[in-house]
Amino acid sequence: MVAGRRPATTAQVPEIARYVLKRLGLALITLVLLSMIVFAAAQLLPGNVGRAVLGREASEEAVAEYNRLHGTDRPAVVQYLDWLGGAVRGDLGESLAQTGVPVWDIVEPALVNSLKLAAFAFVLVVPLGILGGVLAGLRSGRALDRGITVVGLSLAVVPEIVTGLVLILVFAIWLGWLPVTAQPEPGAGALTQVRYLTLPAFALVIVLFGYIARITRAGVVEALEADYTRTAYLKGLPHRTVIRRHVLRNALLPTIAVVATQVGYLLGGLVAIEYLFNYQGIGLMVLQAAQQKDFTLLTAGVMVVGTAYLLVTLVADILFALLNPRIRFGVAE
Amino acid sequence: MSEPTLRVEGLDVVYRVRGYDRQVLRGVSFEVGRGESYGLVGESGCGKSTVALSIVRYLPRNGRVSAGSIRVAGADVLGYRGATLRAYRARTVSMVYQNPGAALNPSLRVGEQVAEAFTVLGASAQEAGERARAALARVQIADPESVLRRYPHQLSGGMQQRVVIAMALAKDPALLILDEPTTGLDATVEAEVLDLVASLQDELHTSVLFISHNLGVISKMCSRVGVLYAGRLVEEGPVETVLRDPRHPYTVGLLRCIPRGGVRKDHGRLDTIPGFLPPLGAEIRGCVFAERCALADDRCALEEPPLEAVGEGHASRCWHRDRAAELPREFVADLELPKVDRTGPPLLELEGLTKVFRQRGHDVHALTAVSAAVWPGETLGLVGESGSGKTTLARTLLGIVPSTAGAVRLEGVDLPPRYQKRSRDELRALQIVFQNPDSALNRRHSVRRILLRSLRKLAGLVGSAAETRMQDLAARVRLTERTLTQKPVQLSGGLKQRVAIARAFAGDPKLVVCDEPTSALDVSVQAAILNLLVELQAEKRVAYIFISHDLGVVRYISDRIAVLYLGRLQELGPADVVFDGPHHPYTEALLSAVPTIDGGGRDRIKLEGEIPSAASPPSGCVFHTRCPRKIGRICEETEPPLVEVEDGHHLRCHIPIDELRRLQGKTEAVAR
Amino acid sequence: MTSVPVPERRSEAAIARRERARALVRTPSFVLGASIIVFWLACALLGDRITPFDPLYDQTPEISASPSAEHWFGTDRLGRDVFSRVLAGSRDILVIAPLATLLATMLGAGLGLVTGYFRGIADDTISRLIDAVLAIPLIVLAVTVVAALGSRSTWAVTVVIALVFAPIIARTVRAAVLGEAQLDYVEAARLRGERAPYVMVAEILPNVMPPILVEATIRLGYAIFAVATLTFIGFGLQPPSPDWAVQIADNYPYLADSWWTVLFPALAIASLVVAVNLVSDSVQQVLER
Repeated sequence: MVAGRRPATTAQVPEIARYVLKRLGLALITLVLLSMIVFAAAQLLPGNVGRAVLGREASEEAVAEYNRLHGTDRPAVVQYLDWLGGAVRGDLGESLAQTGVPVWDIVEPALVNSLKLAAFAFVLVVPLGILGGVLAGLRSGRALDRGITVVGLSLAVVPEIVTGLVLILVFAIWLGWLPVTAQPEPGAGALTQVRYLTLPAFALVIVLFGYIARITRAGVVEALEADYTRTAYLKGLPHRTVIRRHVLRNALLPTIAVVATQVGYLLGGLVAIEYLFNYQGIGLMVLQAAQQKDFTLLTAGVMVVGTAYLLVTLVADILFALLNPRIRFGVAE
Repeated sequence: MSEPTLRVEGLDVVYRVRGYDRQVLRGVSFEVGRGESYGLVGESGCGKSTVALSIVRYLPRNGRVSAGSIRVAGADVLGYRGATLRAYRARTVSMVYQNPGAALNPSLRVGEQVAEAFTVLGASAQEAGERARAALARVQIADPESVLRRYPHQLSGGMQQRVVIAMALAKDPALLILDEPTTGLDATVEAEVLDLVASLQDELHTSVLFISHNLGVISKMCSRVGVLYAGRLVEEGPVETVLRDPRHPYTVGLLRCIPRGGVRKDHGRLDTIPGFLPPLGAEIRGCVFAERCALADDRCALEEPPLEAVGEGHASRCWHRDRAAELPREFVADLELPKVDRTGPPLLELEGLTKVFRQRGHDVHALTAVSAAVWPGETLGLVGESGSGKTTLARTLLGIVPSTAGAVRLEGVDLPPRYQKRSRDELRALQIVFQNPDSALNRRHSVRRILLRSLRKLAGLVGSAAETRMQDLAARVRLTERTLTQKPVQLSGGLKQRVAIARAFAGDPKLVVCDEPTSALDVSVQAAILNLLVELQAEKRVAYIFISHDLGVVRYISDRIAVLYLGRLQELGPADVVFDGPHHPYTEALLSAVPTIDGGGRDRIKLEGEIPSAASPPSGCVFHTRCPRKIGRICEETEPPLVEVEDGHHLRCHIPIDELRRLQGKTEAVAR
Repeated sequence: MTSVPVPERRSEAAIARRERARALVRTPSFVLGASIIVFWLACALLGDRITPFDPLYDQTPEISASPSAEHWFGTDRLGRDVFSRVLAGSRDILVIAPLATLLATMLGAGLGLVTGYFRGIADDTISRLIDAVLAIPLIVLAVTVVAALGSRSTWAVTVVIALVFAPIIARTVRAAVLGEAQLDYVEAARLRGERAPYVMVAEILPNVMPPILVEATIRLGYAIFAVATLTFIGFGLQPPSPDWAVQIADNYPYLADSWWTVLFPALAIASLVVAVNLVSDSVQQVLER
């Protein structure tokens, strides 16, 4: 008689714990690197901040005075560490454009607005994308598949400004169903807010749909061709059971991790969409900070966006590990 | 009344490839009677798996049955649709295929998957769970409870295949199809799975269709056999008759290709089958084998012979069936093998070679203090199960992975552990032929470019000198002028392996490591490659370290053999001595596990459990956990030294050689 | 069906190649995409010679006129013919986007080769850096760098987009190289004493060209995407370029009154990116078959 190779292993719990810890550590390192890159791009790249802010006509003295006042004449490393020390304590400095206003006071409401829009778009696009991908995968090679794939991917490469414009033109201007801007009157009810957010959300959905559908489709096609699917069919299981228990279970798992990376595109899309719909979110804020050369605000905005992305992918990775028995229980050597 | 379990008649299957129908099965007919086990044998691409997939109605989307009929248990299978097809698969037919790891759903627990086979028959969830447990017990899994709770990746390959077999037998099928069920498993595991199938078949009286490329396995498992070539059944009959008295030139050739019955390279060359399998779906007017057959005449090329009886239940599809056995041997010149002089200094010495990998916080002892020597012009065979350290040994001595301790000495000079630090002369002296030529040859480079580059780097040749040498080299391994301009994808597996061999010989190496060089090839091609390696050895007095899991092949080509287990050398000695015994208990078990065409001979020695993890090797003798001849505490506590027990024969065992001789020679083997 | 290793003869390989080319030409989506790209390329090359009116300066008396027989796409509020401007609008983007893609591909392929081949500390460091860069959405990063540079020249935009795309390509190439580096031919090369640059460039690179090319065509689509978006929000091409996104940005405030000044350039952008996407998708389909 043959016993299993592994005794009910005691190493099971540490396996997943080690994975999560490792993932957390990596995320932390990436975050530190991110802060360096952002700081370098937004506060060091301009070279002379005073000159950049005050413009070409300003006198040498004024520029020097400005730099002395804002500490931008110090060595880069000192500036970075000073900024990092503040950031860790939640102090992101003061806005350069709106003198004296703490950066966080500008970032926070913008972030809340963007999260509303992003969440709305995400809730719409994930089920739609997965559904489209599953349908295409199950009919791979047929007309429905080609239709979903080609249309989905074509829409995915059309810039949000174009899809957004067309949506505005058709639904707001010609049909008059929905408002042109996304910004409701202050204190508007939830339903009104949803009405205002519908067009911008759909502009984002159109861009993201194709990619999610494609990843899902690839997973489904792979699972359909797998030996274990053949095993399931040859057991005499009905088609629906095979698809549900064997195909989708394995196909959708990797989709989780990939969907999370789409949050990055979503956040990037916010810049154009918020500008187009004149919506006071973090994207528009970053854009205005860049236009006004408000480098402290710009740094904070980019940092917040990057951190949000890292957090979402971290959560998705851990979720993926928890759902995936191969990681949960380790891989046999 | 007594309808056979399976009756296949005139089966034609075509695959649609790039808009054209390509015929892969040509009028295949055979029957499998009740409780009978029928073997279908043939080389890759002959259509074996297509037969199986047609029977279970699972052809790929581009394949279809274009003519013929398949009846299982009296009913027409090709007529099934929807519910009837599901009921047929749920109750009547089962299939087990290669690579059990892929056949199980990675994200469902084993218990859920096995239970499905019962719920589909209408069992309640609880009942299904209980029957799943019983099903695992039936396939001799000692601890069904715990296996049911695991995920497939937590089980070894052998265990996975047991689970798959348990699922296949859940419904007591009328017909069980086994498609290469043990290919890719280690010999000892293969033997266990085969024993299991045989005992279950006795118990259940299931009809079995056994598909394999391995004649030894077929001969062990089946009573009748059909030989498939290019989608045609060319010969059929009782296994013993077909193997003893083959009546189709293809079967004759196939049997002659296989090194068996203790033949060795100094006894003579292996026969080969010249030419290639016709391409998929080729239009063939006459006999499918005519192009490669030495007996073929005009009639064979124009007129297809019928399958005609040549004896009791024995039929052959050949115009020359009565003189098939006289198939002329392909002419190969005899050659003078160099005498190996072991009184002189060895070419290569390994001394205490040790390799420890660091993996997930554990030390994995892949190789522990291996000492051996190779003399000029000889072949040292290296055998052992997967995980025994064969490949690590090869990679360590080549410097691809640096050793942790110990020395590799070439002609008395210590080699740097890493290849980067080795001189050109040291690099050219040690070369390798890999297992998989697809991976070993750059698919973007022409054969010419591959060879010229090696000549430049290893022999320092450029320009016309390199050109001349390349032509010479190509001729030596029998590559045609046209092959030189081609890229690897355009070549067959055998030709690719010839290119790889030519590359290894570009710098006139002193020793070439052959890492399973023929396991990816069909037997007819394997014979040609083995012949080539022997020729090169005779001519250039090169030494080989030859790694293989195929003991027949190792025995054919090796002068001496080293047996590895868990990274330790267990036995080292002249090939005949190691094979004929007395041998190390591990070698003994390994040898007894191999199913041979000649059948019989050894009693199976079963090994307990599975190969332990190299991260935590057992105490004492590493083999004691599985050793059928363990003598007591000493085996668990003290590792025996490797001692020379006879002239040139080294063993690592506490049992004295004479005792081993007595145990293995006279008394019956320890059966379970 | 298990794989059937049939010895493929030379002629068969050649036939397969020709069949692939023919299959591509037979794919409707490829033909459509390629035609559109050729059309816009022709417009960019021929420029003023084919536009019915001068796209930049022609001042007709008709200001903000809706589409008519004379002005198919109407006129804008300066009285310029929108149809002429749309035809002229592909000029700059068809230089910037391919150039940025080319730069990004070379840089990304180089990075990917080095990180995938050497592994170890260099790989870990560069991979972490790439992860960090990729955490910042493309447009946000581009906006930040353009603002920080203080230059909105065509060159700056090209270089910024190339730099932002390079890590993405590097990641794809690295994955492909990791797979290749495990194959035995790489080991065989090392065992005959090849140095790392040779192994990377002569042995591995040719084998990872297909994924690099596929990646490049995908990135080309996104480069057009990025240039258009950056231009629209004011960080890319600047007037008086007749670029489509410049036109949209110019006329967007008057969308409700003269929609044609916005819609037609927008559709032109869409047609170009979709065309690039159709071509890249068909090429992938045929290669994978």
